[in-house]
Amino acid sequence: MKLIRFFIDCAKVSLSGNTAYWAWVSVLLFFISMGGFTYLEQMRVGLVITGMSDQVSWGFYVSNFTFLVGVAAAAVMLVIPAYIFHNPDAKRVVLLGEGLAVAASLMCMLFVSVDLGRPDRIWHLSPWPGMFNWPSSLLTWDVIVLSGYLGLNLAIPGYILYNRYQGTEYNKKLVFGAAVLSMFWAISIHTVTAFLFASNSARPFWASALVAPRFLATAFCAGPAFIILAFSVMHKVQAFQIGHKVIDLLSVIVAVSMQINLIMLAAELFVEFYAEGQHSASARYLFLGLDGKSALVPWIWSAQALNVGALILLMIEKTRKNYYFLALACVMAVIGIWIEKGMGFVIPGFIPTPLGEVFEYMPTWMEVKVALGVYGIGALVFTLMMKPLRAIQLGLLANPNLDLVAAKQLYEQREREALEQRIRGYETKIDP
Amino acid sequence: MKFTNNNLPDLGRRKAIRLVGMGAAVGMGALASGSSSLATPNMGNVSLADQVGSFFQDHYKRMSPEEIQEAIERLERKYKSKYQVEVKVGDPKPLPDVLFGYALNISKCQGYRECVKGCTAENNQSKDPNLEYIRVLEMDRGQMNLETADPYYPSTEEVPKPGKFYLPIQCHHCENPPCVKACPVKATWKEPDGIVVIDYNWCIGCRMCANACPYWARKFNWTEPNLPVDTVNTQTGYLSNRPREKGVMEKCTFCAQRSREGRMPACQEACPTGARVFGNLLDPDSEIRYVLENKNVFRLKEELNTEPKFWYYSD
Ligand code: SF4
Ligand code: SF4
Repeated sequence: MKLIRFFIDCAKVSLSGNTAYWAWVSVLLFFISMGGFTYLEQMRVGLVITGMSDQVSWGFYVSNFTFLVGVAAAAVMLVIPAYIFHNPDAKRVVLLGEGLAVAASLMCMLFVSVDLGRPDRIWHLSPWPGMFNWPSSLLTWDVIVLSGYLGLNLAIPGYILYNRYQGTEYNKKLVFGAAVLSMFWAISIHTVTAFLFASNSARPFWASALVAPRFLATAFCAGPAFIILAFSVMHKVQAFQIGHKVIDLLSVIVAVSMQINLIMLAAELFVEFYAEGQHSASARYLFLGLDGKSALVPWIWSAQALNVGALILLMIEKTRKNYYFLALACVMAVIGIWIEKGMGFVIPGFIPTPLGEVFEYMPTWMEVKVALGVYGIGALVFTLMMKPLRAIQLGLLANPNLDLVAAKQLYEQREREALEQRIRGYETKIDP
Repeated sequence: MKFTNNNLPDLGRRKAIRLVGMGAAVGMGALASGSSSLATPNMGNVSLADQVGSFFQDHYKRMSPEEIQEAIERLERKYKSKYQVEVKVGDPKPLPDVLFGYALNISKCQGYRECVKGCTAENNQSKDPNLEYIRVLEMDRGQMNLETADPYYPSTEEVPKPGKFYLPIQCHHCENPPCVKACPVKATWKEPDGIVVIDYNWCIGCRMCANACPYWARKFNWTEPNLPVDTVNTQTGYLSNRPREKGVMEKCTFCAQRSREGRMPACQEACPTGARVFGNLLDPDSEIRYVLENKNVFRLKEELNTEPKFWYYSD
């Protein structure tokens, strides 16, 4: 009963807001409706409306899926400091990170679904009543890890928030255990997604042991960069107060991950091009063009330029600490990695085909519209979740008579007390 | 900023504006989608009962013989209304002690592409957009590099061209098929007679199998297949050449509807040069066994350990 009231109260908060809030929701609704109607068209005529073909049988949808798995996994970069190391700054925003993970995993599932030729048969993809080719098919693994990750990221914050709503303390041990689990789970969603590609020995460009580690590096680069941007926006529109320490922590993670990513890229380039064999054809097509066809060449070089540019901005202390440059660096890193993992990884794996044909791919507008619709749904879900989250954190949902300023003060006081208590705890440990 | 706005006087008007605004956003989105007419492509007139029946239809291997019979009748009704001809859907089972294999003599092959024509006449593939199971590569003599091959050599030109040889490729019916491993819903599997088949009513169209296939054998129905009535082959098999629908995968089935009844695949019959040898690998007196035992044979991409049951040889 209480749980139902909790949900009703949350929904009420989600559906209240000022004009700016509703304008934002309307913008999202526009994209969702555009994507939805385009998807109806795709259901009617089939996947021909996309740029995909027998030669390049996965395209923009799977590219975005791959990118978003990384964003989802990156929430772990807040979960670890918050729940494992009890970093108070991370704790303040960890729920936002988990909310982002929920939205991102949801978008991942949607991208896989819109890519299906027979969405009406999606129920076949279940152990019951469908038929699950587990453990042999990597797509079944992806279904398991993604839904598990979605569940974990709904359950942990949900449990914490529900307790706060009721004014009770949550079970720390339980949350710690769940956090450890979700830590490994985050790694697994990206590893499994990498294996989805790397398991295809027919596609030498993908069949590399480096794919999984590189996916992780790019995830922990683009994901936190994305989170920094989302946080900055929320800070700007005053939806949330974000401490600068969290931003600092995340920006260092972005910088280090980008370095690791670029090192692995260099290693790959060396192996592909030093003794260039037939296996290197895809890499040659991607970076230099093959048979006079070079649609992806500008993409990949702009991606690398963006990546290197972002890295430079992040390595210089002055620019990293300057929020404008930091935001710029994050935008560059997100776009760079979005290209690198989509147009720069999924697509060239198909070119040339196993029979040596070089057939190019470009997404169609219809495809882009459906993808925008999926992003719209993700953004809407995130927006709707953020409202009650903030209200509960500030104690507004349990006590609607509180006004915002007082609530914020109360919240900050609670935080300070918790911090002081922790410090006292350390002192007694050091000096018993 | 107050947290709730319950106390605002013009709440009703605001709400109305909000709703109108959101409705406008949805409407503009619909316009921007550019979705055209709502006319549906020709799917035939399928009764509601049949639609429900085929929606809930189980995996081929989980259906009882009666359920398979019902599924076949549903299909026959659908084809009848869609193509205005009686299409017979059989369900030939694999024969005991049979393992099919194929061998192709590349010194005989002249690149006529008669096999391609024979195949598409037999197997009810979409015509324009053309869907073909066999791809004949025109190769430069002196090497085996697929990347320099030309699959699009014009059929108006005289073949064989000097300095070229021809390499037809279709599903190799791998003994260790990566496509079967990759399919998330077991919609494709290897039958006891070695033929790799697809249940077109179970496939979800994810294309995992196509990505896994090293021989580019799998072809997808990106839209409703276009099968003009005069090109329909009315003698079909459930797991092989019955007409397909959009959004599912298909490929060569060694003409299961023929080979399981003791006939040769259509491509073998169509080949005017006698380059194609098809038969039972378990029969020591078969021609294919003779080829394997006495000719220098090779298979494509053996390093991938897919164990194709499709060999090439030359005299
Ligand atoms: S050739 Fe391709 S489609 Fe045919 S069995 Fe082998 S992997 Fe599967
Ligand atoms: S396209 Fe069909 S047959 Fe191929 S892997 Fe997906 S469900 Fe299986």
